[in-house]
Order: sequence, then C-alpha cells, then structure tokens
Amino acid sequence: MVLQSVKNCLWLSCVLRTPKACFWSTASGGLIIQSVSNDVYQNLAVEDWIHDHMDLEKQQVLFLWRNSPAVVIGRHQNPWQECNLRLLRQKNIKLARRRSGGGTVYHDLGNINLTFFTTRKKYERMENLKLVVKALKALRPQLDVHVTDRYDILLDGQYKISGTAAKLGRTSAYHHCTLLCNADKFVLSSVLKSPFKGLKSNATPSVPALVKNLFEEDPSLTSEMLLDAIAKEYAVQHHIDHHITLINPADETLLPGISDKTKELQTWEWVYGKTPKFSISTCLNMVYKDSVLDIKVNMDVKHGRIEVCNIDLPEQWLPLGLYSELVKSLTGSKFCPNETTTLVTTLLRLCPQDDELHSRWSLLCENIIRLM
Amino acid sequence: VCIHRVRSCSSIRFIKSKYVCVFDKSALKFSHQQRLFRTSAVSCGQIVQFKLSDIGEGITEVTVKEWYIKEGDSVSQFDSICEVQSDKASVTITSRYDGIIRKLHYSIDDIAFVGKPLVDIEIDASKGVASEEDVVETPPMSHEEHTHQEIKGHKTLATPAVRRLAMENNIKLSEVVGTGKDNRILKEDILNYLAKQTGAILPPSPKAEIVPPQRRAEAVPAAPKDKARKIPVPVSRPIAFAGKDKTEPVTGFQKAMVKTMSAALKIPHFGYSDEIDLTQLVQLREELKPLAEMRGVKLSFMPFFIKAASLGLLQYPVLNASLDENCQNVTYKASHNIGVAMDTEQGLIVPNVKNVQVCSVFDIAVELNRLQSLGSAGQLGTSDLTGGTFTLSNIGTIGGTYAKPVILPPEVAIGALGKIQVLPRFNSKGEVVKAQIMNVSWSADHRIIDGATMARFSNLWKSYLENPASMLLDLK
Repeated sequence: MVLQSVKNCLWLSCVLRTPKACFWSTASGGLIIQSVSNDVYQNLAVEDWIHDHMDLEKQQVLFLWRNSPAVVIGRHQNPWQECNLRLLRQKNIKLARRRSGGGTVYHDLGNINLTFFTTRKKYERMENLKLVVKALKALRPQLDVHVTDRYDILLDGQYKISGTAAKLGRTSAYHHCTLLCNADKFVLSSVLKSPFKGLKSNATPSVPALVKNLFEEDPSLTSEMLLDAIAKEYAVQHHIDHHITLINPADETLLPGISDKTKELQTWEWVYGKTPKFSISTCLNMVYKDSVLDIKVNMDVKHGRIEVCNIDLPEQWLPLGLYSELVKSLTGSKFCPNETTTLVTTLLRLCPQDDELHSRWSLLCENIIRLM
Repeated sequence: VCIHRVRSCSSIRFIKSKYVCVFDKSALKFSHQQRLFRTSAVSCGQIVQFKLSDIGEGITEVTVKEWYIKEGDSVSQFDSICEVQSDKASVTITSRYDGIIRKLHYSIDDIAFVGKPLVDIEIDASKGVASEEDVVETPPMSHEEHTHQEIKGHKTLATPAVRRLAMENNIKLSEVVGTGKDNRILKEDILNYLAKQTGAILPPSPKAEIVPPQRRAEAVPAAPKDKARKIPVPVSRPIAFAGKDKTEPVTGFQKAMVKTMSAALKIPHFGYSDEIDLTQLVQLREELKPLAEMRGVKLSFMPFFIKAASLGLLQYPVLNASLDENCQNVTYKASHNIGVAMDTEQGLIVPNVKNVQVCSVFDIAVELNRLQSLGSAGQLGTSDLTGGTFTLSNIGTIGGTYAKPVILPPEVAIGALGKIQVLPRFNSKGEVVKAQIMNVSWSADHRIIDGATMARFSNLWKSYLENPASMLLDLK
C-alpha cells in the first residue's frame, strides 16, 4: 500500500512539477486540478481518464473546468428532444454527450464545472454540494443559497444556479455539477428549447428550471473568485495545501490515451448514435405551386439511424420508382441532415432531367432534412 | 469441483441464505465422480445469478438503460455488462465472473431492483473461481457498515476495453504480460502479444529469433554481436492470427453512391490525357495571392482551372450537355455549373460553382472558399450539391498523376487533375529548364462526344493555363 502511494506521488511530483512535498505525507489525500483548455470534449476526456486510470483510494480529486459555448446532454438523453440543433449549428455551439446521467445543460465561460472524484465507496453527492454552498457563503455571507433534495443549488429559494450529475464505475465514481456565475442566459434559453414536435422517446427528459447568474445577485463576483473559494474549502476539508495544479488535456505524456478518449467523445456514433430508440410522427406542410400539401411522416430511429421510414405522399406526386428509392435509401441511414443531403442529391443524378420533378424532389427532401 | 464450490460457499461468512447456486442436474450426477477422480473434464457450467449490487445513497431501484452484452455472449471479469440510471447518476455495472451470459432479467427501460438478479452467468466450472461476496444490504445505513470481500488469488488487471480486445482475439489474459500500473494489461500489451503470434507487425524481440545451435566449446560473445554474426532463420511457426472479419451493411450515402456509380458505368467512357506546363500560372498566382488575401479570400489554382474550363465550354458546348434516358435528345445546358470534387469524412461529395460563365476568377475563389468551409463543417445545402453540368476533380492535392475519372450522370464529361511536379523540360532554345508540370485526365461520354472534340477542348484549356495572359482576350 505504501509502495503504491510512493509510486503515485513520484509520478505526480515529477509529471505535475509541484514543488510541494509528496502528498502521501498528509493525513488525508486530496488533489485540486484545473484544466487550461476550454474545449468541452477535451475536458470530458480528462474526467474519463481520471475515472479509468487514477487510484482514488489514497487521494480524492477535485477537477475545475470551464468550456467555450457548448450544450452537454446526459448519457441517456435525446439531443433532438433537448435542444435546438439547427440553432446550435448556426451559432457554432458544440454538442457533447457526457457519460454521467441527468439532464441537459448549457456551458459557456460564465459557467464553472466542478468534478469530485472519489472511490465508489466514498461517493457522496450531498457532502460535495454542501462544500460548495459553504464556500459560497464564506465568500459572500449574505448569499441565500441552499441545496435541495434533488441535488440542485437554489439562489433565493427559487433560482437554479447549479445542476448535478454523477457516474459510478466498478471502483471509482465522480459527481460533477455546474455553477452559473455569468453565463449568457439568453443563448441558454434559446438553445435549450427544442422545436421538435411529435417525438416519442424513453430518453431521460430534462426538467426545465428558472435560472439566475450569481453575477446578477452580486456583480463583484467573477468565475475566478468562485473557483478559488471552492478550491480553498476543498483544501480545508481534505487537509491539503490550497494549491491548484494546472493540467493540459492535450498532454499525451501526462495522460496517456487521452487523445483517443477525446476523439471518441466527438464521434457521431457517441453523440447521436447513443440516443435511446425514439419515433417521430409529424406532418410536413409544403407549399407547392398554389396549394399546400400535408405530408405525414413517421420514422423510427435506433442508434441514431432510421429503422423504419414512412412518407405519406399524394399518389403520383413522385414517380413510384423514385419514391421507393428514397425510402429504401433513408432506411438504415443516419438521422442526420448532412448525410441525408448528400444521399438525396446523389440519388437525384439518377432521375430523368425534368425540372418539375426536380423541384418536387428538392422541396420534399428539404422539408425532411429540416426535421433532423 | 462442484463439491469444492459448495464447501467454499459455506466457509464465507457473509453469504445470505437466499444466495442460490443453481446446479443443473448433470452436475449433481458428476459430483460423485469428482470426489474420486478430481480431474477437470466437466461438461456443465454452473449458472450463477449475478445480483445488482448496492449503488449507494440508499437507492433501491434503477432503470436499465443499455445492455452491453446479449444472451450467449461470453464475458470476462470486469467487463461492462450494462448501464443503469438512477436519479441523475449513470452507473456502469461490470461482471464479477468469467463466463457466458445465459439470461438477461430486464429489458431496456425496465426498473431493476438492488439485490435482485440482473443476469444469469454460466461460469466455466473447470476454472474453479472462488465465488465471492458482495454484501447486499438494503437499505444501507452508512458506508462503514459495508464490507466487501475482494477476490483472493490471481486477479488480472485490465480495463473492459482491453478485455474485449483480448476476447475478440481469443487471448487468455493470464498469458499476457502487463506493463501498466500494478502490472495492468494495456492495449499495447495485447497488440504486442498478437504481433508475436503473427511475427508480422512489430520487430521480433531478441528472444523470439531462432539462433542456430552453437558448440559449447566456442567462446560465446555478447548477445548483440551474436545477432549480427548469425543469419536469423525465419521460423515457420503456425500463424495463429485470430482476427475476425467484420461485415457491415451498406447504408445511407454509400448506398446512393453504389447506385450512381452503377449507372455511371453504363456510359461508354473514353479517356484523353495531357500534360500542362503551369510555370507561368504558378508565378501569376504568387503575385495575386496577397491581393486576394487582402480581400479575405484564399486563392488556390482551382479558380483558374475552373474559369479556363468555362471558356473552353463556350467553344465546345457539347461537353456541357446532357443526354436523356433513351438517348433521344441532347440538352445543351446554358449555365456552366462546374462541380468540384471534395473529399470529406463521409466520402466524395461534389458541390458546384453556379454560372461560372459570368463569374470572374475572384468570384469563383470566393464561392470555393464558401463551399469548402461548408463542406468541412458538414453543412452543404441541397442547392450546392445539385445542378452540376461539368466536373473537375483535383485528386492531385492528395497525390497521383494520371487517373481514369468516372463521369457523374447526368453530365457527359469530367477531368481529373494530378499533382503539380517540378520536372525538367526543354525550352524553345533547346535548354533544359525547371518546369511546373501537371497532368490532366479527361473522360467523356462517347455516345455524343468524339475524341477530336475532347482533344480540341483540352488543347484550348491547356493554352489558357500555359499562357494565362491569353485568357484576358476571351474573358466575358
């Protein structure tokens, strides 16, 4: 056991270059690290890495991180249901799926993220949140903040300033939460509103809440101050030095295998493909020439791919061969606008060169793509 | 072995009476023979009910969200079995045993109960893994009351992914040397192990080389020198490559490409290739690049190639035409919508620049920039990808010289541009000079285009590019 700690300490001290004495000499182990990156995928990868590789028996870890604008959905959620994907793409806001459960959150640099790593046995969310509240109160005693039994932190009894999620593995666990300091509430509310109608799914739904920034309550507060206050309280409770170690999530020598983890979090298969099975049942209202067509569309989507596809077109509106070609090609294809666009434009090459036909095809396909 | 298991069960203090080891009937029949012979050959496995262990925080039920295995799969200890969710916490349940999954007790979205069986695993009885413990107490009072017994004996440390890799390749983890922390087996260790089997991927370690027998009387020099003197004899070891073929369905965009390419090959193609001296164009571009940058646009060679093609199409409009399905009518398209083949993550897409006949080289550059950034972001629209009449494929950016491009219906011609190389050529004075040479390979629909037309178009296009100033005369 001692040998293990020495090994840990040596690894840490030479790789993290902390001038302080080895951690094993303190009574209760703890380590506070902060990411230098604002990339949501890199930071989520660091969480994965610590969860998979670090021995948390002797030493618990607090990880502090902030992201440039991103929407983060829970492990078992449906992005189509949780946010406005078109708006995300337009505004270049990233979409990430984390490995912990819970609901959807919006991150930007005005939001701070805290991850508490412990062994599975020492997993205790309430304690962590109480630590955060204690730190906030130490910083600004007049703040009315408390923890609810849903593991939220409320300001003035009604505004949510923090949401929580957790991941448990075989031997280790982590609990992470957000903290709204000075986030863009306008963007937050617009991206977290999904325009999707007619979606049926068993994915975990988010519970919308009224939010407020701590900055609104006290304009003298900054993200840095909050991070520092929380680190200080953690240091006190774990009997360690109030020292934050900076880490670079792109450093493969410090965190071997991290770039693979980062890449995996960005794959379509993870972000969209892990969506639990869902079905959509909607009506496309298409204006064609002087009439309005109501086209019923039903699709079943599993692993992000269209399993079953039904488009109720008026008879002869498209040649039968072309229609069946469309349905056949969509079946098994990703429920993704880019994939569908390239698919339908490629299929168009096989159509007879008829302007009328082309415009009907384009109209129908563009409406279908808009669903995604 | 079965009797041994019963004994070990009773010796562990914390097992509750309702912990059931389900023996199938044949196991009982063998039990007497086991006592006498104590040999391995046991045909049955023992089915163990793996219960959902305590999650913590007083949680008694969870929702099953995803299964990582199905009935009939074999699992190793620590492999991930499923993902369950409870109140914002996502929990990965890992297997406690090596064995085969025989029954899943829940479906996706079912509520699972702590302390109740989650899966039935058939344990390979010949392995004789000591069964262990995990106390299941619901609801727990505090953490101190939990006691977990670790497995005594040999435990191989490896992450679930590494275990899966080993399983897929039929490798026993006990035979792999772990080089990670605490002798943990890493992915590299599995790959090294595999490489030793095939002798192919990595250079063999000194131990693996067969050294011809040496007489003891000879002085034995140090090992490295030894290797240098001896000729390593390749050993014909039976290659135990255990990789598996992977079959995937052809879906989505790929399916559409299959159809298009099959239709394309029905077109009788003929090819025509030539060499273009771009020395003057290279110089011109160097001069114009900073001007374009000042206007915020990246200027490559493509805008020049595209504009020159359009000028050529004005003289030879049949190359910008389309043949109908029955080959009854040829439609000469008025717009020159020149497609530019782009390589993206999904594969080949061909957005086109509309109406090149009325665009300047700079306009084309602007449009190309727009299409390229949309293309890499995966956000090209249907109008960008439809309506093309002629295509250029700059495969040279990846490499290659000559190519045999396939015409994209409903077009009738396509050009593939190779890479620009610096090669020696003779100038008009008969001296050898450095020239920037690029090859072009055209393909055309021989039903309505003949070789002479293609050749003349190519010569015209070539002359515009070899002497860019001549483009000025014909620019509209």
